[in-house]
Amino acid sequence: MNRAIRHTWVAGVAIFTVLLLALTYVQFFAARTLEAHPWNNRSLYDQFGADRGAILVDGDPKASSEPSEDDFEYQRVYADPLTYGHLTGYFSLVYGATGLEAALGEELSGASDEQFYDRVVSMFSGNQPTGASVELTIDPELQQTAADVLQGRKGSVVALDPETGAILAMVSSPGYDPNELASHDSGSVIAAAERLNADPEEPLVNRAVAGDLYAPASTFKIIDTVAALESGDYTTETLIPNPQELPLPGTDVTLPNFVGGGCTARAQADLEFALEQSCNTPFAQIALDLGEDRIRQTAQAFGYGEPLSVPLKVTPSIFPEELNDAQLALSSIGQYDVRTTPLQVAMTSAAIANDGVMMKPQLVETVRSADLSVIDAFTPEQLRRSTSADVAETVTDLMVEVVEDGIAQGAAVPGVEVAGKTGTAEIGSEEGLNDSWFTGFAPADDPQIAVAVVLEDVDVATGSTQTTTGAKQLFEAVLNK
Amino acid sequence: MSAPAGTLPREEQVEPRQKPRRLTELLLLVLAVGIGVGANVLVDPEQLGSGDPHLLVSGLVLGIGALVLHVVLRLRAKYADPYVLPIVVALNGLGIAMIHRIDLTTDQTAASSQVVWTAFAMTAAGLVLWFLKDHRVLRRITYICLLLSGLLLLLPLLPGLGLELNGARIWISVGGRTFQPGEVAKITLAVFFAGYLSTNRDLILLAGKKVGPVRLPRFRDMAPMFAAWIIAIGVLVFQRDLGSAILFFGLFVAMIYLATSRLSWIVIGLLLVAVGGFFASQAFGHVAARLDSWLNAFDPEVYNRAPGGSGQIVQGLFGLSSGGLFGQGLGQGRPDLVSYANSDMIMTAFGEELGLIGLSAVLVLFFLFVTRGFRAALGTRDAFGKLLAAGLSAVLVLQLFVVVGGVTRLIPLTGLTTPFMSAGGSSLLSNWIIAAIILAISHTARRPVVTGPATEADLAEVAAYEAALREAARRDDQERAERLERRRDRRPRKETDGSGEDTAQADGAQADGAQADREDGATAPRSDASDTVRRPAVSADTAATEPITAAGPGGRRDAEDADHHGGTPTEAMSRLTDQDRRDPGGSRSTENGGAS
Repeated sequence: MNRAIRHTWVAGVAIFTVLLLALTYVQFFAARTLEAHPWNNRSLYDQFGADRGAILVDGDPKASSEPSEDDFEYQRVYADPLTYGHLTGYFSLVYGATGLEAALGEELSGASDEQFYDRVVSMFSGNQPTGASVELTIDPELQQTAADVLQGRKGSVVALDPETGAILAMVSSPGYDPNELASHDSGSVIAAAERLNADPEEPLVNRAVAGDLYAPASTFKIIDTVAALESGDYTTETLIPNPQELPLPGTDVTLPNFVGGGCTARAQADLEFALEQSCNTPFAQIALDLGEDRIRQTAQAFGYGEPLSVPLKVTPSIFPEELNDAQLALSSIGQYDVRTTPLQVAMTSAAIANDGVMMKPQLVETVRSADLSVIDAFTPEQLRRSTSADVAETVTDLMVEVVEDGIAQGAAVPGVEVAGKTGTAEIGSEEGLNDSWFTGFAPADDPQIAVAVVLEDVDVATGSTQTTTGAKQLFEAVLNK
Repeated sequence: MSAPAGTLPREEQVEPRQKPRRLTELLLLVLAVGIGVGANVLVDPEQLGSGDPHLLVSGLVLGIGALVLHVVLRLRAKYADPYVLPIVVALNGLGIAMIHRIDLTTDQTAASSQVVWTAFAMTAAGLVLWFLKDHRVLRRITYICLLLSGLLLLLPLLPGLGLELNGARIWISVGGRTFQPGEVAKITLAVFFAGYLSTNRDLILLAGKKVGPVRLPRFRDMAPMFAAWIIAIGVLVFQRDLGSAILFFGLFVAMIYLATSRLSWIVIGLLLVAVGGFFASQAFGHVAARLDSWLNAFDPEVYNRAPGGSGQIVQGLFGLSSGGLFGQGLGQGRPDLVSYANSDMIMTAFGEELGLIGLSAVLVLFFLFVTRGFRAALGTRDAFGKLLAAGLSAVLVLQLFVVVGGVTRLIPLTGLTTPFMSAGGSSLLSNWIIAAIILAISHTARRPVVTGPATEADLAEVAAYEAALREAARRDDQERAERLERRRDRRPRKETDGSGEDTAQADGAQADGAQADREDGATAPRSDASDTVRRPAVSADTAATEPITAAGPGGRRDAEDADHHGGTPTEAMSRLTDQDRRDPGGSRSTENGGAS
């Protein structure tokens, strides 16, 4: 019988071994997969139970954790929700986290590698671990100005510091109230989410960096200009035929010039005039002359097709491939399948402003642990050289003319040289409505701010006026400080 | 296990191998209570200043209970295994801590009732240890236990008394309190199986037709196997409790294997499980649902199905995974997200807060516990005790397999408690009683007797020992002859057993006396050297209820003698089987020995 007892014991050893292996699999090898599982709200619960760090703008919390009396220890509260909602995102039991709440989740919850020591300390002291707070690069006045420019209409504003890449303002409109989604009452959260998702104005989409993207329209002509100058085939002196309508090769369609501008005045245009009045036909010819690849290469040099995280995830802008001549002509004026984000447009201006060097856009100024020690601080990073300093200077001069003499005069700030470019994207609406753009920077000789403003579904005149004057307000908000 | 033989000085050979080691136990108990109290502090450090009596009460219950049980062991089962009690106390304390911790986040009050049940279960264990001086008493109630088991399992089915919770009808409700009689049936069934098998295993083994290389047991010897199968299926059908069904059936298969050493029983058992399982999954929705939740746990439809969805197992897996290697720390995870986190799923709670490392440590504690149980089974000298200790240990292994295998999705999840840890009085009570029975058996196993484990070294030791005795005998031949003469005059029929029969009703004190004799014999070989040898060989208690002869050196004669003087024919047969069947050559010391 002892043999059987020993064998049974050995079977017991085997069973315990199998159990330990099973546990090792679940708790070690499969742990990451399980933790990332969409049904696993546990990390959210963990974070709700912890004192999550605040998201601060100029010292003011825009997202913070307040002690709560319900099942969870803390309730996330958002200040100025309509203005900052797309930056902070929400931190929802039901829908998880979005925006910076998601992108900076580790820091805010205290789970980042840099906070390991703090976690060890809190483990032994028995205290709840406390998350780090995050200070943003956002300028609160500028952010408010940007929100005022949009007035809740569909559109977006992005403002950058061209020299550092710091994001000074980023607004997507219409906004939404993340407090509704961060509530611990899942019934009301689900109702709010259903309402927001059903809203045709798509308030949950952060248009500045994501969503369906925009056609850049004439703002893309900046890239055409750079491509033309870099090619060596074109100088500011070069005269380009400026027909009022360019027959698109291989089609019955013609490409007209911008109706609102003064293009009719000249049959031939140099780059200055073409840009000033935003004439389509010269740029279409430039593109057809240089070819699809050079235009795309220049677009890529300005960040098209490149992934980016600021740390909000930015949807890469698109310059389409395998174009026929007609499509290339349309693409050169930022139509057809060219798609971009307001951030990309602002980055393009910023790169021109910064002598052709594109800085990495960043939203985070500092990350401070609970004891206020700085875990991470803003350092400017060069993303890429988009073009040479010479070309950048030439394009700057051209863009200054656009604001001084051209169709973007609304953006002019008295006493300051402003560089800019408008755009009007035809979106095929029956009422003749367009997406209206302005991008530019100021002052032209010592740039402190680069902006992109886009308004959706406006008529040509209104759009042009409002985007340019909006930009002017933004420039003034920064320059008058 | 044993000292190298032959090279030892004579003194050491005759000395008892086992020390009581109660001091070791006491020190370990301090550690175990410390672990329990420490865990109770860590789950909620704020209670220290809050006037919450939980910490004080649970600490006192654990501490005083452990101390009282320790004293009981000192008085009544001095040689009981010193590791069992500390392990159980530590597990119980950790369980209380986790239950309290889950109370805090879910507004339950399970911890206070668990503390009360702990006190009650410890008392029960103490009473068992106090009154069950010899575990073989239990053998006398073999069939009473069968009756009790049937009764206990039927109780929940009685209208008015039974209570159905979550689809399983395994509770009874008395005066507002619920109880799971099935937990106690685990013990009574084990006692019945041990009693039945220790008596009848030869019939099962030897009677019946031989077909090819396999000897088929007669049907009437197989009947209990089918009875157990029917009980398991009955539990499954009428109580809808898959976990208990597996446990009961596994218990029987394990014990019949232990009794017969035949793997074919395990094969037959597994076949029956497969047949029963297939039948059950076809016939019963709840079994099919369990299987489905296991196989398709991550199917949204299965996950959201209520009741019987895979939500519990998936959330349990999330809990385990969030624990990772090191765990969230006691009191810092969210084990309350898993339903039944303080009972069936308490292992996921530990996995989450203590991590893989902590949970492995808990499993190792369980492993040590069952190892000590098997050790007691090896060491004790009677078939009944062997079967009971090994069977109870095996059932704990099986229970842990079902619980931990279930939460890790190794096997389908079935509702079973984790011994000593899960909230639930019936489980706590029955497992403490199991611990007490194993302690009692380990006492008889570790009690000092001269035993000879069957290793080469031990055989050599026996040989050396015998040589020493021959030496002593030769030296004092004359004196020895006179002594034997006197004894023969006194009790002519029982000469060969020597003073063994004198101590037939012996208690510990007399056993100690026997030990003292032996030490005398060892340090100064006397004329009655052979008596000195034999007396411990036929240990007092062994002779008391079941005069199984223990093998001392040259013990083969003892076995033959045993036939002459007592026991029913069946007992005699079982003795023979115990002692002789496997090693007729006389080294049946295998059966007796190796307690360490």
